Amino acid sequence: MTQREYQKLAARKRPASPVAADCAWAFCVGGLLCAAGQLSADLLRQAGMPLPQARLTASLILVTFSVLATVLHVYDDVGRRAGAGLSVPITGFANSIAAAAIEFKSEGLVLGMAAKMFVIAGPVLVYGMAASVLYGLIYWVVGLF
Amino acid sequence: MPERKGQHTVLFSSRPTILGAAAVVGKKEGEGPLGPQFDRVFEDTTLGAKTWEQAESALQREAATLAIQKAGFVPSQIHFLFAGDLLNQCIASTFGLRELGIPLFGQFGACSTMAQTMAMAAVFVDSGAADVCCAVTSSHFCAAERQFRFPLEYGSQRTPTSQWTATAAGAAVVGIGGKGVRLRAACGGRVVDMGVTDVNNMGAAMAPAAADTLARFLTDTRTVPAEYDLILTGDLSAAGAELFCELTQQRGLRVQDRYNDCGLMLYDRRTQDVHAGGSGCGCSAAVVCSHILREIGAGRLHRVLFIGTGALMSPTSCQQGESIPGIAHLVLLSDD
Repeated sequence: MTQREYQKLAARKRPASPVAADCAWAFCVGGLLCAAGQLSADLLRQAGMPLPQARLTASLILVTFSVLATVLHVYDDVGRRAGAGLSVPITGFANSIAAAAIEFKSEGLVLGMAAKMFVIAGPVLVYGMAASVLYGLIYWVVGLF
Repeated sequence: MPERKGQHTVLFSSRPTILGAAAVVGKKEGEGPLGPQFDRVFEDTTLGAKTWEQAESALQREAATLAIQKAGFVPSQIHFLFAGDLLNQCIASTFGLRELGIPLFGQFGACSTMAQTMAMAAVFVDSGAADVCCAVTSSHFCAAERQFRFPLEYGSQRTPTSQWTATAAGAAVVGIGGKGVRLRAACGGRVVDMGVTDVNNMGAAMAPAAADTLARFLTDTRTVPAEYDLILTGDLSAAGAELFCELTQQRGLRVQDRYNDCGLMLYDRRTQDVHAGGSGCGCSAAVVCSHILREIGAGRLHRVLFIGTGALMSPTSCQQGESIPGIAHLVLLSDD
């Protein structure tokens, strides 16, 4: 049997992911998170906070809860089911940093925790910043004409 | 004296005996179907250690110490240790076993390590190079996760083919004479690479190696699967086990009616959320060093082909786009 034939066989025998259930979980959990964020922002607005600060504070509230859930060993259990519903919102970013910080503490505060804290979030930061620079350049060039 | 039969099979004429064996596991494995058969179940998977690596070392030390004790020896009476694990530089073995003061041959065969170390111990004992040897290996879910995948608390989703690294260790003390299960033969595994690159489907990467080793052993010994009560692979789990059956069938070997996989035996897949099943050196080590040896001892099984299966990748090789080669070592366990 050639490598190609075997890979075809292995692909045929591979059980498919439960896409419908995964999507339902992601939709519900992601939707709930966004609703919670919106609710926080609205409440803050009602309490008299200006809109930009209210939106920023709503994000901070979600980040805080995400880190707390990570520390309390709850986040990974929900994440296993919710998938992208939990990882795409800002909660996923917070979890990836907090989880790495906890995990690599055993290698020390400098070479472990601090150095490896961005092991998952790092690429998001690098390419996120690179993309924003590129976008800024395009925006600037277009503005010249 | 060990005698080579055919191309890659070694027969042990003195029929080395497993004089004592021990299997120690973590909480999840203790809750599985084989739970009551393990020598110790650690509810606290840190084992009181500060790091997961130290916890795995403690697990391995516990298995070796118990097996030596059950065989009626003290560590100074053991001539050589054969040990390995999944951690970089095999630190679970070297750090865990350092205080026993027994010469140690470090082994790396990924998850096939139990079969590999058993074979090495048998060769040493059968050749007269040693009177008593100990084969030991371990894996720890938390130590493996942080080395091969993501931080424990990271909320990632697993694929249906992903496996659960067992928190477990197994040890077997091999000597001459006495009562116990006999090691009759071993067949060395070749590195077989069918180009599988999915790290979440290691069963598929290892199945061709297992089928290759089984076919070579049967050719070398001129035997057929029907002459064995059980053909047991290490940790192919659901997807890999199916592929193994398919590959053996294509070679004209019928194994389905006498086949099982340690990765499918260690956990209850319906209730324990382990997806395709168990994996890791400790998976087959714990199943063989408890349930299988006990079944042979009780006369319910007579001749068992244990094929330890290993995926030989590292995080570096995977990130560099390399495929995942597999390896499978075979030992024949018998009641006579």
